[in-house]
Amino acid sequence: MSSKTVQTLDRVVIRFAGDSGDGMQLTGDRFTSDTAALGNDLSTLPNFPAEIRAPQGTLPGVSSFQLHFADHDVLTPGDAPDVLVAMNPAALKANLGDLPRGATIIVNTDEFTKRNLAKVGYSDNPVDDGTLDSFHVHAVALTSITVEALAEFPTLTRKEKERAKNMFALGLLSWMYTRPTTGTEAFLKSKFGARPEILAANLAALTAGWNYGETTEDFASSFIVPAATMPAGTYRNITGNTALSLGLVAAAHRAGIPLVLGSYPITPASDILHALAALKRHGVTTMQAEDEIAGIGIALGASFGGAIGVTTTSGPGVALKSEAIGLAVSLELPLIIVDVQRGGPSTGLPTKTEQADLLQAMFGRNGESPVPIVAPKTPADCFTAAMDAVRIATTYRTPVFLLSDGYLANGSEPWSVPSVDSLPDLTVEFASEPNGVDPKGEPTFHPFLRDEQTLARPWAVPGTAGLEHRIGGIEKADVTGNISYDPDNHDLMTRLRQAKVDGITVPDLVVDDPSGQARVLVLGWGSTFGPIAAATRVVRNAGHTVAQAHLTHLNPFPANLGEVLKSYDRVIVPEMNLGQLSMLLRAKYLVDIRSHTSVRGLPFSTVELADVISTTLEELS
Amino acid sequence: MSTTTDLGMPVSGLRSVPHLPDDADKQTKRDFTSDQEVRWCPGCGDYVILAAVQSFLPELGLKRENIVFVSGIGCSSRFPYYLDTYGMHSIHGRAPAIATGLATSRADLSVWVVTGDGDALSIGGNHLIHALRRNVNMTILLFNNQIYGLTKGQYSPTSKVGQVTKSSPVGSVDSPFNPVSLALGAEATFVARAMESDRAELTTILKAAAEHRGTALVEIYQNCPIFNDGAFEVLKDRTQQEARIVRLRAGEAVTVGAEGERKVLVRQGSGVMKFIAEAEAASGEKGAVVVHDPALDDPSQAFQLSRLDSPEMTHVPMGIFRQVDRPTYDDLVRAQVDAAVSTAGGPATDADLTDLLLGRDTWTVG
Repeated sequence: MSSKTVQTLDRVVIRFAGDSGDGMQLTGDRFTSDTAALGNDLSTLPNFPAEIRAPQGTLPGVSSFQLHFADHDVLTPGDAPDVLVAMNPAALKANLGDLPRGATIIVNTDEFTKRNLAKVGYSDNPVDDGTLDSFHVHAVALTSITVEALAEFPTLTRKEKERAKNMFALGLLSWMYTRPTTGTEAFLKSKFGARPEILAANLAALTAGWNYGETTEDFASSFIVPAATMPAGTYRNITGNTALSLGLVAAAHRAGIPLVLGSYPITPASDILHALAALKRHGVTTMQAEDEIAGIGIALGASFGGAIGVTTTSGPGVALKSEAIGLAVSLELPLIIVDVQRGGPSTGLPTKTEQADLLQAMFGRNGESPVPIVAPKTPADCFTAAMDAVRIATTYRTPVFLLSDGYLANGSEPWSVPSVDSLPDLTVEFASEPNGVDPKGEPTFHPFLRDEQTLARPWAVPGTAGLEHRIGGIEKADVTGNISYDPDNHDLMTRLRQAKVDGITVPDLVVDDPSGQARVLVLGWGSTFGPIAAATRVVRNAGHTVAQAHLTHLNPFPANLGEVLKSYDRVIVPEMNLGQLSMLLRAKYLVDIRSHTSVRGLPFSTVELADVISTTLEELS
Repeated sequence: MSTTTDLGMPVSGLRSVPHLPDDADKQTKRDFTSDQEVRWCPGCGDYVILAAVQSFLPELGLKRENIVFVSGIGCSSRFPYYLDTYGMHSIHGRAPAIATGLATSRADLSVWVVTGDGDALSIGGNHLIHALRRNVNMTILLFNNQIYGLTKGQYSPTSKVGQVTKSSPVGSVDSPFNPVSLALGAEATFVARAMESDRAELTTILKAAAEHRGTALVEIYQNCPIFNDGAFEVLKDRTQQEARIVRLRAGEAVTVGAEGERKVLVRQGSGVMKFIAEAEAASGEKGAVVVHDPALDDPSQAFQLSRLDSPEMTHVPMGIFRQVDRPTYDDLVRAQVDAAVSTAGGPATDADLTDLLLGRDTWTVG
C-alpha cells in the first residue's frame, strides 16, 4: 500500500486539454461520470474547435474539457482550473493564461519536442525554462510510459498504443482524486467489446496511470473531495442536449401523441437528432431532412396530422426556417423550434456558446408574428423547459421557441430524475365534431373559432369526418377561416394572435433575496443562471445584499416582471450578447437597465460578474 | 435491427387509407367541391384540372376526410381551397416537405401536392428532388404553364429560351428544365405527363398516380390565358396534335402521327432514338422498334423518351413514362418505429419512460 498522504478538499476544478484527436472530451466525460457516481455535485464545460481534426499540435486544434466538482452545490464549471492536464505544448500555451498561481500542471513531456514547441511559438521549453515556476508542475512522459506499459500487446501498432495515453491520464487523475474507475472499465468494455486487444490495452493503460500516481515519488499526495449534501433522490449526470431530448419524449408521452422530429444536422444541435433517432422504441419518428426548411416543413406537416412536430437547429438554421415559422403562426398549429444558440453572425463560432438569437426569436419574421419563447437555465433544466414548451404549443396551438445554447447543450450537471407521475399532464384534446352552423343552418366546422380562455383555435386533424377544412398562410377570416382581405378582419386577427401569445400562462418571476433588503437586482435569462448565482453568492459571502432573479420565459414575460423591476434601485442584466434582453426590458417597462455583456464564446466567469455587482453596490453606497 | 424491411411489394398507394363501406352512398363531384368561390382568371387551365380532379376523386372510393391536399404558392396552389377535403396552402416551394411530414406520420391519409413550375422547379426544386428520391407515398400534380402567373408574368424555369416576358423584355436566356427528365434523374418511381384539355387521359393518369405506392409526379400542361396564352396551342390544335403528341402505351411501339402518316420510334446502333416512317421501320434495318415499358427498372429508356420533347414541341410524349415499385420512405420509417416498439413489447409505458429518464448510470441520495 502507498504511504502517501491523503488531503481533503472541498472543491476542485480540473481542465483536460490536448489536441482534438487526443480524446480529451472522452477523458473528461469519463472522469465526470465517475465523479458523479461518488456523489459530488458538479458542472462541466467542454470547449472544442469546429474542425474535427485541426492541424495537429496547433493552437486552433486544442480541445479541452473542464470539470468543477465539490462537496457542496456547484453552480458553474469554475473560473480557473486548479489542475491543468496539458497533453502537448499547444494545450499548455492555450490554457496557461487561465491558471491561477499555484495551480497544478501535468504535462505530457513526450510531446514537448522542438518541432511541437516551434509550432506554437515557444523558442525554449516552458517546462524547464522557468516559465512555469509559479506552478506545481508534474512532467510526465505520458506517451512513452503508456507505450511501455503496453509492451505485452505485440499485435498493436505503436500508434494504437499511443492512442491509449488518454486512459493513462485518466487513471492518473483518478488516483489523484480517489475516483473509482469501475464505471470507466464498464464503459470501455461496452465500447471495445468487439476488439478485445484494444479493450485490454485501454484497461491496462488506465491501470498503469493509476499505479503511476500511487508509486512514483512525483506525486506526494492524493486528494478526497467528499460527497455533496444533495436533496434526496435518484440522480444521473446529464447534458443539456440529452435533457432536452428526454423532455420532448416525456412531453409527448404525457400528451399521448407522437413526437415527430424534422431536422438538418447543425452544431451544436445535432446531438438532439442523434438522441431522438435512437428512441424509436418510444414511438419517436425522426426524419433527417434535405435542408433546414424541409426540417421544419416536415415537423409542421406532422403537427397538422396531430403529432407534436419538432425541429432542432442553431441560429443559421433559424434564419432559414423563418418563413415556415411565420406560416406556423398563421396556421396556429403546435410546433417546437429548438435553437441551440452558438456564436454568430453567419457561421460565427459553431462550437462556442452565445445568447444572441433572442431578438431573432422574438422578431425574426415578416409581419406581426409573435412566438412564445422558453429558455432553460441549466443543463438539467432543459428537461423542464422542453416539457413546458410542449405545454404551451399544444394548449395555445402555436409555434414555440426553445432557446438553449452551446454551453447548456454540452455542459452537464447532476439531475434529480423526476418520477413520471410527477410530470405535468399534457393530455391533448382534438376537435371531434362541428362547432358551428353554416348559413343554411347545417352543422359546420369553424377552424378559427377560438377558445374563450386561451384564444386557441380547435386542432382538427385529417381523418376526422365532418371537420374537413383548409388552412393556409393567407389571412383568414375570424371564425370561418375563409380567405379574407378585409382590412378590419386583418386588424382583428393580428391583435388576436398577439393577445393569444400575451395571454399564455407562465410562472411568476421568483426573486431570491435572503436579506429582503437588497437594492440591486441581477436579472438573467437562459444559461447565465449558474455564473450569476455563483457571483451573487460571492457578493453575499462578503457581507453585501443583492437580489437575483432569472427568466425562463421571455415571451410572454412573467406578469410580475414589471413590478419586480421597479422595486430595485438598480437592475443589472448580464447577457452573452450586446444587450438584447436589456433592450426588450427598457422598451416594455421603461426602466433603466445596467447591461453587462460579453460575447467571447464562453460563459461568464464568477469573478467578472461579482465585480460588476460590487461596483454597482459601491455606487449606491 | 434491420434497416430495411420487406414490405411485400407491390401494394397500392391507397392500401392503408380507409375506404367507404360498400353500402355507402356514392360520392359525387359535389362532395368534393368546397363552398369557396373559385378565383382564377376566366379561361385559366386550372378550372379544367380542378373539374377533372373533383370528378375523379369519387372513383377512388376513399373516405373524404382521409384525403389531404397540400400546396405551395402560385396560382395553382390555391387549389386546396376549392376542394372539400383537408388542405393546407403553405409557403412557396415547401409543399413536398410538409407533405412528407404528414404522409410519414399518418399512413392512413391519401396525400396530394399541388404545385406549379415556379413553385416546384425553382424555389422548391430541392424539396421536389428529395421527395422523389425518397419515394414518399404521395401524388404531386405539377401544373406547368411555363410562366409565373401570380406575380404577373415573369419567365419561369420551364419558359423557353428567348421567351419575352416582363422580366425578360429581350428574351429569356435561361435554359429550361424538362420536368419529366428532372424527375427521372431524381429516381422518381412514377412519372407522367398529361394535357389539361384531355380529360380522359388526365383521369386515367391521376388514377394510376393515386394508386402508385411512392411519389407519383404528374406534369400537367396548363394554359395561362393572361401571361402565356397559347403556350400549348400546337398540342391542342386538332390539325396538328396527332403529328406532335406521342402517346405512350405500355407494351406498344412508340409512334406518332395519324394512320397513314405514322412514324415509329427506333433505337439506332449508336443508341440514339429516332422517328422513322412506319414503312421503313418494318425491316428493322434502321434500328430496333422501341416498345414502351414503364416498368423497366433501368430508367434510361424512359429518360430517352423524355428527351424527344423540344421547345418547338415537334414530338411531345404524353402518358406514363415510368411506373416501378420501390420501397417507400414513409413505409420504411414507420416500419423501423413499429419494429422497435413491437420488439420492446408494445407502446412505451410509464415504466419504460422511467427507465429512459434514469439511464444507465444513477446514484441515490438520502
